[in-house]
Amino acid sequence: MILLWLVIILMAGGIAAWIAAKWNVMAARWISLIATLVDFVLAIIIWVEHPSGITLGANAPWLVDFRWNWIPSFGISFHMAIDGLSLLLVLLTMFIGVLSVLTSWTEIEYRAGFFHFNLLWILAGITGVFLSLDLFMFYFFWEVMLIPMYFLIGIWGHENRIYASFKFFIFTQASSLFMLVAIVALYFIHGKNTGVYTFDYLQLLGTALPPAAEMWLMFGFLIAFVVKLPIVPLHNWLPDAHTEAPTAGSVVLAALLLKTGAYGILRFVIPLFPNAVRDFQVPGMILGAIGIIYGAILAFAQTDFKRLVAYTSVNHMGFVMLGAFALNELALQGVVMQMLCHGISTGALFILVGALYERIHTRDLNKMGGFWDQIPRMGGVGLVFALASLGLPGLGNFIAEFLILAGSYMANNWVTAVATLGLVASTIYSLRIMARVFYGRKPKIEKHIPDFNVREMIIMGSLIAAIVWLGVFPHPVLDTSRPAINNIINTTSQSSSMSNLKKPLLPVKTGTTVQLAGKSEKGGAR
Amino acid sequence: MTVSDLNYLMPLLILAGSSIVILLVIAFYRDHKVTFILSLLGLIASFISIIYVRGLPHEIGALVIVDSYAMFYWGLIMLASLAVVALSYGYFSKMDEEKEEYYVLLLTATLGSSVLVISRHFISFFMGLEILSVSLYALVAYLPERKRSVEGGIKYLVLAAASSAFLLFGMALVYAESGTMDFTKLGAHINSGAVNTPLLLAGFSFMVIGVGFKLALAPFHMWTPDVYEGAPAPVTAFVATVSKGGMFALWFRFFVEVNGYRYHSLMVLFTVIAIASMFIGNFLALLQNNVKRILAYSSIAHLGYLLIAFLAGGQMGLEAGTFYLVAYFITTLGTFGIVAVLSFTERDADNMDDYRALYWRRPFIATVFTAMLMSLAGIPLTAGFLGKFYLAAAGVNTALWLPVIILVINSAISVYYYLKIVVVMYRAPEEDVVAGVPAVTISPALSVGGGLVLSVLTIMLIWFGTFPGGIIDFIKTMVSGISSVSVTMVP
Repeated sequence: MILLWLVIILMAGGIAAWIAAKWNVMAARWISLIATLVDFVLAIIIWVEHPSGITLGANAPWLVDFRWNWIPSFGISFHMAIDGLSLLLVLLTMFIGVLSVLTSWTEIEYRAGFFHFNLLWILAGITGVFLSLDLFMFYFFWEVMLIPMYFLIGIWGHENRIYASFKFFIFTQASSLFMLVAIVALYFIHGKNTGVYTFDYLQLLGTALPPAAEMWLMFGFLIAFVVKLPIVPLHNWLPDAHTEAPTAGSVVLAALLLKTGAYGILRFVIPLFPNAVRDFQVPGMILGAIGIIYGAILAFAQTDFKRLVAYTSVNHMGFVMLGAFALNELALQGVVMQMLCHGISTGALFILVGALYERIHTRDLNKMGGFWDQIPRMGGVGLVFALASLGLPGLGNFIAEFLILAGSYMANNWVTAVATLGLVASTIYSLRIMARVFYGRKPKIEKHIPDFNVREMIIMGSLIAAIVWLGVFPHPVLDTSRPAINNIINTTSQSSSMSNLKKPLLPVKTGTTVQLAGKSEKGGAR
Repeated sequence: MTVSDLNYLMPLLILAGSSIVILLVIAFYRDHKVTFILSLLGLIASFISIIYVRGLPHEIGALVIVDSYAMFYWGLIMLASLAVVALSYGYFSKMDEEKEEYYVLLLTATLGSSVLVISRHFISFFMGLEILSVSLYALVAYLPERKRSVEGGIKYLVLAAASSAFLLFGMALVYAESGTMDFTKLGAHINSGAVNTPLLLAGFSFMVIGVGFKLALAPFHMWTPDVYEGAPAPVTAFVATVSKGGMFALWFRFFVEVNGYRYHSLMVLFTVIAIASMFIGNFLALLQNNVKRILAYSSIAHLGYLLIAFLAGGQMGLEAGTFYLVAYFITTLGTFGIVAVLSFTERDADNMDDYRALYWRRPFIATVFTAMLMSLAGIPLTAGFLGKFYLAAAGVNTALWLPVIILVINSAISVYYYLKIVVVMYRAPEEDVVAGVPAVTISPALSVGGGLVLSVLTIMLIWFGTFPGGIIDFIKTMVSGISSVSVTMVP
């Protein structure tokens, strides 16, 4: 039930905030803050109770399970469960949720009630996506997060918001419909094979599929996730949506919405279609590498600060694609880390941009420069996250990218070598942010710019703490996700007993633990 | 025909009777409210009498059959008419014309559609169709003072008459070949060997023209936007729901009875029609700026989607089609209901400007409209999503990959024009002041009937979208009657 409460609290909080705003706008803000905080605490409680899912063994990585028959005539159940992977992402969701409410505290004056309703419903949809173990329900939540996001961009966005919101909606809607068809097809294939018509994820796992059908179905799922992620030919909606959205919208988009795509690949694409994924491994990794390089180059070329940050997401999500298709534990653990770290670092950068925009009403890099003296706190925070973005050791992103590159090197060294070049490019664009905005002899804007206030320093302080913690002590996180990741790896290796892919796995495992922990870890039950 | 047969036709008798009663009442005492209440009562009585029909299925002569399938569609049609009547009161209260005969025509049109649903013979088919059409000619042109009203009425009259001629000619050809007008006997005749005679195929094809016209499928859709735009909004809702629903129910029954699924050429024909309807409906809707025309083109596309269920056939197709039709009824009544409640005396609220910043002025109506549009676009939490899901399931189940993929592509296209309306509704009112657009005309207050209908429709929309178990089971038990014929294809 606790899982259901996670979603219900957000939805109810959203409705309450909407109603409360009719009398008092501050009430709406407080209600949203309390709702997200309560959920955050609940998620932490789950985590504390199950610090590392190891005790449950590799066969049953599900920590909490909730099931209720929804539409029995179709074999649709309301099935929610959480394992290490979803737990981490739910934690991230709630963390970012609290911060995005705080970020909008002064930014949103216009129709604040409806704003908070939308914000909380997006969070509810995202939480639902991370918790669903029924494909129909997954699709349901996948769409639930779409509409409020559309409103968020379309009503509270910047100048070009209508265009951006349309683009966002149509890209995601079109791609997810392909997933719907693939889900339905999988449902019928499984039903005809076994006589059991169900959308339950656990039962659909291991459905025997003809190779061609498996490939097509995988593409059906993958296109929805790849658009969300986004991967290069389909990334088009992202810069517009991120740039035009209000700060909280950009934060949620970058930190959470993109993660649903990555989560979908890990949770659904790889375990459901292991053979097709293996056949698609090299093209998948190449797509990831292209995303890394392309995102970095375009980020470098932007003059709009927000757009620049948006393109860094393309760059970072390329790593996710690369790592996911490397299909070994090292890389997948890196992907999990990357999801969390990108969520925090990019979220922080968007908050910074938003705060700056609130003060100087421009996002144009050409009009910025020399701000360090005026706003040293902002400068310091900016420096931390620019460095995180380029992957400085000691901050979380370094661990993530290192793990991904190490893991994917074992899968395909050439592609990885090319992808590594992206690190150089990301260094350039990250430093360019600092150089353009904060350094320089003379401030480009003479008038007084207020620095971060207490509220903003709380937001930024917690983000910095999180990214440093992930950078120097990532162990609890990796422990939590390990059983889930092992489970994913198992599904691919079981169906590939004849393939030689198993080989790199063993050295990887011992290698990981030694490198990361510095002490000999429990050797990953397999 | 015995007296007990009349029991089975009680809903129709009540409908016919109440239209006569209303006519007489009008002759003595002309009053809008009285007429309105009488027609409401007639429809409610008719709906209740459906519940008391027992002992199904029951054949009456060669002409009609009352089975659970027909009962379901009766119920659907009655409820839709009820909603239209409830919406009409507020709408026509603003008008200067004599309003009373409107309700009579509405009841007779409902009667025609109900006859279609139980038909199993060409005679009753054509009779029902003509009762429906003739009433509609007058209904479409009911407000002759308006600019487009008469134009719409005449277009509908001419084209409907032409299509009826096609339909009749098709029936004649089929009759000439098979010597029977009874659906079941026709099916038996075809089963006995006369499958691929050119006369039969030509007859069926001509009938498709007539039916396609009524269902507004491409390429027989030309009348739709003009009639939708010209007709008063409640009539538009009626044309889009009751008239199409009755026809669809009949055509599905006919096709199953004669087992048209064995005709590969007919299947190809319907696939082409379905795909053409989807694309033409959606692409032309993209170009429109008039809300009623957008909805008209969108309804063409939706009937194209519906054909996927028809193509899939079998029990699953029948259920999917029925569920989709239920969702389509709810959303269509809802959208045109909103147009009706926002309308002015001189014209309907079909201009985009009428919806500008509606959310900030009339949050309830805008929220309902948003929900309806989301349902049309097929977004979860709404009945429209489950309907589309059901259609996709039926299509995938019978491996109709091409139509299903086209459905997906078209759903994505359609999102654009639905969002276009949504965007206008949520636009900030302040922007208009800046842009110098004149202040929006204050639209009239919401009538009790209108508000009630919209609330009920919205609740149903969300309810069927989130907890569809009950309605799906109900549809399953109700429509299981006619799809007993096995589907075997003959090239």
